[in-house]
This record gives sequence, structure tokens and C-alpha cells, in this order.
Amino acid sequence: MIRDLVTRSEQAATDRPGEEAWTLPIRPRRRIGYWLVALVTCLCIALLIASLATNKAMQWGVVGTYLFNSQILHGATITCELTVFSMILAELIAVPIALFRLSGNAFLRVVGYLYVWMFRSIPLLVLLIVWFNIGLFYPRIGFGIPYGPVFVSASTKQLVTALDAAVAALGLNEAAYSSEILRTSIRAVAAGQRDAAKALGMRSTVMFRRIILPQAVKIAIPPLGNDTIGMVKSTALVAFIAVPDLLYSSQTIYESNYEVVPLLIVASIWYIVIVTVLTIIQSLLERWMDRSMRSAARPNVAKLAAGSLHSREAFGAWRTVPGLGESETDT
Amino acid sequence: MSTSPASESPAPDPLLTARDVVKRFHHNCVVDHVSLDVNEGETVCVIGPSGSGKTTFLRCINYLEKPDGGVISLAGTLIGYKIDKGHLVELRPAALARQRAQIGMVFQHFNLFPHLTVLANVIEAPLRVLRRKRSELEDEAMQLLADVGLADKAHAAPSQLSGGQQQRVAIARALAMKPRVMLFDEPTSALDPELVGEVLGVIEKLTAAGLTSVVVTHEMGFARHVADRVVFMDKGQVVETGAAQQVLGSPEHQRTREFLAKVL
Repeated sequence: MIRDLVTRSEQAATDRPGEEAWTLPIRPRRRIGYWLVALVTCLCIALLIASLATNKAMQWGVVGTYLFNSQILHGATITCELTVFSMILAELIAVPIALFRLSGNAFLRVVGYLYVWMFRSIPLLVLLIVWFNIGLFYPRIGFGIPYGPVFVSASTKQLVTALDAAVAALGLNEAAYSSEILRTSIRAVAAGQRDAAKALGMRSTVMFRRIILPQAVKIAIPPLGNDTIGMVKSTALVAFIAVPDLLYSSQTIYESNYEVVPLLIVASIWYIVIVTVLTIIQSLLERWMDRSMRSAARPNVAKLAAGSLHSREAFGAWRTVPGLGESETDT
Repeated sequence: MSTSPASESPAPDPLLTARDVVKRFHHNCVVDHVSLDVNEGETVCVIGPSGSGKTTFLRCINYLEKPDGGVISLAGTLIGYKIDKGHLVELRPAALARQRAQIGMVFQHFNLFPHLTVLANVIEAPLRVLRRKRSELEDEAMQLLADVGLADKAHAAPSQLSGGQQQRVAIARALAMKPRVMLFDEPTSALDPELVGEVLGVIEKLTAAGLTSVVVTHEMGFARHVADRVVFMDKGQVVETGAAQQVLGSPEHQRTREFLAKVL
């Protein structure tokens, strides 16, 4: 074996380039395959676009007339509202659920686990219909003492609109997924960070708020952005309970004029616009988090002395008995 | 202050006492009845092969690991427990945090807070835990950073610093809490060889100024030079303890001799 290696290295020595190699200029390698793939790809995309653009069924003229139709635009705003409110509700529920699942208390852990288990198991559509018909379960909602007198009450049908039901269903469903994102993001913060915070005497609330959360949020933003984009399209399910969102609005129009395909294209265009805006927001947010990671908590620079002398007092400073909360002037 | 007050008075009350500390991980006894006294101003180096329980023992001192047995006390106060009607009762988290605030710790992997600047790293704990004034703390922190030679890096992010610089910030961060005792957990093990010196230099200055400290280290030269006492641990037990010259120079035990033969 070793002899083989030796003879091979001897051969290599004979293949050595001459002195002139050191002075030759470098020319980039020709990348024929790269440009061949580019050509084929562009050709395929062009064919696809041409076939769609010239397809009679698409009826681009009809698409144009309905693109800025007031009913469609109103539907688009409803879709945006649904997305925003559902995500807010979802995160409001997700934070405590994530903390429950990470809690030292086994009962809270079980509650968190049951929530995630329940709402990840039930199909969103079922949840939506249940909330729409919540009046069947609880005909009246009131404020009072359990099993005792009721002070104020109202009919559930009047209190919970279809839009409320939609936000509740979407939010509760998304909370289960969001809480998993938050839980794993919190866990993904390096264990050393917890050690350092604890060793410095931080209580768990301070540690969570000042050390863990800022780092966990940075980890959570890409997947939460992903879920928000998913939510935009989940809102289309509310057409089932007659909430006049983007999809439902285009449905009501094509039910009267039978222009099914063009109106679905109109809806799709607006979904694409909304998702594109969200994608941009997400990437801005990620960039902003990156930057704030680097310059966070920048203290008052002007006030600072430009560094002190290497005095024995300086090193002796820690020796003063550490009174908790006690402030003292140094040097 | 290069000599410890321990050598002057015959039997001072030790600042830090560990008695029969036991820590098990899944029936594996990592720390096996370890006892240690550290006097005010003393520097104790803990040496031993990896897996000998040095780090775990150190983490038991400030309760980052909850010991399965034994007690630790700082200046006569039990760590992690209070005595209630003849029983040891575990402290509430807030009370435990107050105790930890008196014990500084420097980690092998620095563990600086990456989302905070160097200066913010140093003042965060005194600001939030001791609730002291920011302006006052910033002045003190700048002084500490100057002492570790990093005054010019106050507004840098930890990620912009070398390992040696990060570790010096970590030392300044721990000192900002004015701890009564400092625990150094292999402070130079994660550093490139040429950066080890700057960190050991800082620790040496601190110990020379009289900082009470327990240093887990693999740097035998450092231990010989700086330690008032050296503790040799193996398989979770203290095998030998004594003056640095004695333990490192003429060890009594075979296991100590074998270990030193390998590392020196």
C-alpha cells in the first residue's frame, strides 16, 4: 500500500508543470451546460405564458373589467382583515400555550398539550362550521356566577357574527401551530444563554423577557411569516359560512354571470398581491431583526467616560460587599 | 494581596463551603461526596481528566445543577435551601436568584448575550437584578471593560469579537454584579492557543487583587502560578488537595501522578 503511494507521488512529480505556468493568465471555464439549461427553461416558460395568454377560456378582457370591481375590492379587504385579526388572536393564544408547554408545572403542560392536540386534529372547516353554529351549543351567552344567577345575557346568534365566528375558528386553529413554532423557537435559544442569565441572578421572568424572548422571536419570524401567508389562503374557507371575502365575492359574481374562470383569476391575482406584500414585510422584518441584533440596547454613548485607568481600585471595586439594590459611587 | 489571608490566620471561617456534594445523572454518580472550603481571597484551581465531574461540581455551587446530596454555603448562608423547623426546605426561585447574584460565573463558551452590545451585556444584570441606575452602571462598566482591556469595544456586538475578547467581556459581565466569589469553568478551553494568554492574564490580575475564585482549568502552568490550592478530581471524587507546589510538584497519589504525567 505505502509503496503504491510512494510510486504514485513520484509519478506526480514528473507531471509537474513547467516554470512558465506561474506566469500564465487565468481564463474562466466555458459553461455550456449552464446556458443550455437557461435556454430550454426560458423557452418552456415562454410557451406556457403564450398558451395562457392566448387561451380563449381565460377571457383576459373579463378579468380586466372585474379586477377593480368594488365588490371584489371589498372582498379583498375582508380577506386582509380576517388574516390580521386571526393572526393576532392566534398569537395571543399561542404565547400562553407555548409557555404552558414549557412550564415546570405538569398540569399546565398537559393543558397546553391538549390544546395543541385538539386544534391540530380538528379540520379547520369543521371548526369554522361549529363556530358559525355556536348558538346550537350555547343559545345564550351571559355574565354571572356559574350554576348561579346570570346578570346580563344576550342571544348568541346576535352576539357572534359570521365574521366573528371566522376569526375565532381561524385564530384557534392557527394558535395550535403558532404555539408549536414559539415553543420550538424558545427551546432553540442556546442553553448557555439560560445558564448565563441564571448565574447572573436573573429571575425567570427577567430572563425570559430580556434574554430568551428577543432571541426566540428572531428564530420564530420566518416560520410565523410562513404561517401568516398560509392564513391568507385559509381565509378562503370562510366562503362556506357566507362571509363576503375575496373568494366569496368572486363566487357571487360568477354565479350571476357564469364567467367562472376569469373571476377565479381575478381572485387569484389579488391573493398573489396580498401574499407578495406579506412576503416583502417578512423579509424587511427579518433584515430589521438582524440589524437590531447587532445594535440593540445601545446605551447613552455621550455620557460615558472614555475608559478609565488600570487602577487597583478598579480591580478592587468588586470587593465592596455586594448589597442588593444598594447603589454606591465608585473610585 | 497575592498571599491569601488564609495563610495568616490559623482557622478563618471559609467564605465558601461545600460538604459532601453528590450529583447523579441517571444513576451515574458524576460528583461523589465532594467537599471543599474556599477562604476569602483564596484562589482554588480544580484539575482532573475530562469527565471527572469538575464542571458539574462547579455548577452545583451556584445551583445551576441541583445537587442530589450535600450542602453548599456562602458566607454562612445555605445555597438553595432554608432551614425550617429542623428541615431543609428548597428556596423559592426568587430567593435562589438573589443568592446566585452573589456568585459570579464564567463559562467555557462565554455565553454572551448575542442581541446586546458588549456594554449592554455588562450592565444588563445589575440593571435588572440589582435595579441600579443606568448612568452609574455605564461608568462602572466602562471601567471594568478598561480593566479587561476592551474599553474600545463597548459598543461592538459580541459576534464581532474574538473568543479571547468575548471571554474577557464575560468576566467583566460577571464582575459587574460585584460577586463575593467567582467560578471559572474552563475559561480558556474553547480558545485558540494564542488567545489563552490574554484571558489568563486577566484572571491572574483579579486573583492577585484578592478575588475569591474557584477555577476549573486544564492549564497546569496557570494553576501552578496562580492557585493558592489545587484540587485534583477523578471519577467524581477529590483525590488530592493541597498547595499548588505540592499537588503539581510532588503529588501523593498514584492517580494524580498518572494524570500529571499525561498533561505536563
